[in-house]
Amino acid sequence: MYVAVKGGETAIAHSLDLLADKRRGDRGVAEVSLDQIDQQLGLAVDRVMTEGSCYDRALAALAIKQARGDLVEAIFLLRAYRTTLPRFGDTEPLDTSRMVAERRISSTFKDVPGGQVLGPTYDYTHRLLDFSLAAAAERPEAQTAPADTATSLPRVGDILEREGMLESAPAATADEAQDLTRQPLVFPAARPVRLQNLARGDEGFLLALGYSTQRGYGNNHPFVGEIRFGSVPVSFVPEELGFAIEIAEIDLTECDMVNQFAGSHDVPPQFTRGYGLAFGHAERKAMAMALVDRALRAEELSEAATSPAQDEEFVLAHSDNVEASGFVQHLKLPHYVDFQSELVVVRALRAEVEARNQEAALSRAAE
Amino acid sequence: MSYTLGTHDIAAGFVDPPHESQRVFRGVLDAFSHPGRIVTVDDAPAPPGGLCCATAAFLLTLIDRDTPLWLAPEFDTPEVCDFVRFHTGAPIVGGRAEATFAVQAHDQPLLFDSFNIGTDTYPDRSATLVIEVPVLGAGPVRTWRGPGIDGQASVAVAGLDHTFWLDWAANHSLFPCGVDVVFAAGSQLLALPRAIAVEA
Amino acid sequence: MPDTAIQDGAYNYAYLDEQTKRMIRRAILKAVAVPGYQVPFGGREMPLPYGWGTGGIQVTAAIIGRDDTLKVIDQGADDTTNAVSIRRFFARVADVATTTRTGDATVIQTRHRVPETPLKEGQILVFQVPIPEPLRMLEPRETETRTLHALSEYGVMQVSLYESIARHGRIAKTYNYPVLVNGRYIMSPSPIPKFDNPKLDRSPALQLYGAGREKRIYAVPPYTPVKSLDFDDHPFEIETWSESCALCGSKESFLDEMIVDDTGKRLFLCSDTDWCQERQGEREGAPPEVPAK
Repeated sequence: MYVAVKGGETAIAHSLDLLADKRRGDRGVAEVSLDQIDQQLGLAVDRVMTEGSCYDRALAALAIKQARGDLVEAIFLLRAYRTTLPRFGDTEPLDTSRMVAERRISSTFKDVPGGQVLGPTYDYTHRLLDFSLAAAAERPEAQTAPADTATSLPRVGDILEREGMLESAPAATADEAQDLTRQPLVFPAARPVRLQNLARGDEGFLLALGYSTQRGYGNNHPFVGEIRFGSVPVSFVPEELGFAIEIAEIDLTECDMVNQFAGSHDVPPQFTRGYGLAFGHAERKAMAMALVDRALRAEELSEAATSPAQDEEFVLAHSDNVEASGFVQHLKLPHYVDFQSELVVVRALRAEVEARNQEAALSRAAE
Repeated sequence: MSYTLGTHDIAAGFVDPPHESQRVFRGVLDAFSHPGRIVTVDDAPAPPGGLCCATAAFLLTLIDRDTPLWLAPEFDTPEVCDFVRFHTGAPIVGGRAEATFAVQAHDQPLLFDSFNIGTDTYPDRSATLVIEVPVLGAGPVRTWRGPGIDGQASVAVAGLDHTFWLDWAANHSLFPCGVDVVFAAGSQLLALPRAIAVEA
Repeated sequence: MPDTAIQDGAYNYAYLDEQTKRMIRRAILKAVAVPGYQVPFGGREMPLPYGWGTGGIQVTAAIIGRDDTLKVIDQGADDTTNAVSIRRFFARVADVATTTRTGDATVIQTRHRVPETPLKEGQILVFQVPIPEPLRMLEPRETETRTLHALSEYGVMQVSLYESIARHGRIAKTYNYPVLVNGRYIMSPSPIPKFDNPKLDRSPALQLYGAGREKRIYAVPPYTPVKSLDFDDHPFEIETWSESCALCGSKESFLDEMIVDDTGKRLFLCSDTDWCQERQGEREGAPPEVPAK
């Protein structure tokens, strides 16, 4: 006799074994090391750290290895680990003007104080497959200028702001920041909460939304005020010391998007900001985030909010790929009870319609 | 075990927090699910000055850094404050309106005044009041009705005057807003959630 | 999920840290105090994916203790893969006894069914909830639905049910059938078949509902009125089958239909495997009914 899904425990155990076996692949091929993932697939590590909300290259590399390169799965693994970690406190706000930049460009000025620093970028590569990479070989080291850690790098936005051309960055508040990983998202959401959500949000989702604003669905006339990538010190005030100490340096990508704003009856025309920030080197993510951040400010800036990217509930409720991936894929779980309920009612409805049709046919025949 | 901080010892908390707090919580959940039912807290530690065992266990189980606590003057003692701070980290606040939890005595007037009752859209943003009474299961019997009660329940809580029940009727009429109450005496407690109507 | 990670004591009792449990426990008490109202809570990422029951798992983890006996069902069955997986998770992280017998369980976590065996006072039924907002498919905005609940403005739901009657001659909604709790809040009973709705009404057991992805907890205390929405001229009714269970002969339980060969022959079995087995035990000696259709 057919009996549904018996022996679940054994089936699950075998499935886990098969997965581990697949993960290792051909035993004749060397096993990938976490160092290799960190060093040679570093942009994948950056994305997993950003959307996993956890700056730890080794853990992110481990998650990527465990997920066999499925980055959304790796993000989930890292998040599920992160959520079990104790919290010691909040760091001081990062000061990105203290960044030791490897790359820094502005598209709004030909030159800026501190200079345009191209750094490592795919922007001017020709996308020709480089077959020399197919085999391992000695690779020459690139020449670099010594990092200038002494001077701070003024932000282009700050320079515009002094002139009154660009709105001021919001003043830092003393309030404890809301932590989206510990408190539920509540609408309407304040901008710091929105930015937190976007920083954790799926890069592909934000990219598509940011793109949609450029195609007229909530256009906000963006210019890249500045993109910078480099390392920033992290400070923390231990309660027993009472003053800040530097505990780490982390790599960040920051995007300050400058957008047109028509002004209003009372406010003279001025440029406004959209902001993006990501762990590691992630310009696509930071830019998309900045576009969506600006789009979500529509109401605050008295703009008509008519497009998806301007719709706070739509954007924030659907940006998280761990949530989205889970709910889409849960359709694989058994739903046969609900389907049975549907079968019962659809059969009954069909029978009623057929009976009515037959009755109608009989009465026609009788006429 | 006790800990020394300043000039007096700090009363002990749970010895095995995950399991003791789990059992106390299930007792509290049972009390909220069956309003009027007296629940005995077996895992109650020896309480600091003034608090009864059930109140101490309730606080250790449910409050922490995220839940401001208001203490009525008779409980606002160094012993109680140190106990709360050391074991829970809960901020002790001076204003009723800031509090998520409060501890009060039965014989004071206006026990519900100025506490958060939540909003129509978020009625959960309300305060929970622990009110210490002389004894549970004795004193004037009143009829309680509402969710968690099969028909009606006859409940006796000692030490509450008629005004208290008028105030309660006013609180109940705010539903879904309103405060929730836990009565505590010795190592026993019972709950009076806002949805419960009490014949005055 | 590597078993070693959990076994080596790296995680707290019942997986969640104590601060998270306190937060969830506070939300549960609020949910019990305001029956049917959805309490927002700081849902955590769990080691199982969203959609697999992370809300129910968090609720269970916040209430469960070593004195409990846990039963986990999915589609009414103890042996479906997800039920097995969740039961195994708690057996490992919470050192808890498990059972398939409804009557022996103190905590029952369920997806999509309410057991056929009537529940008793003292039992807690934990539902896994995908979309906690009963009005969500009629109004996608949380800010709007929250206002509708605040005002008890439920006309949109009545209209939707009435449209179903206008089109089909009856309310065609079959699962996740909306209910009114204690005369105040419209609530999603989770995607249980409407067959199970009457079991929610004035149940002696405590009902807790957890939605992990949507970060909401709600509850129905024991003995609380739970009314399935209907109209005077179109009263609420549940599914019925002309068939009976091929294993136990039950005519009164919810039956799953299975296709047993490629000519489309059907077989009907109880969805509630524990109920079915208990009845089979009672009928021991009696010949099994021959499945036919």
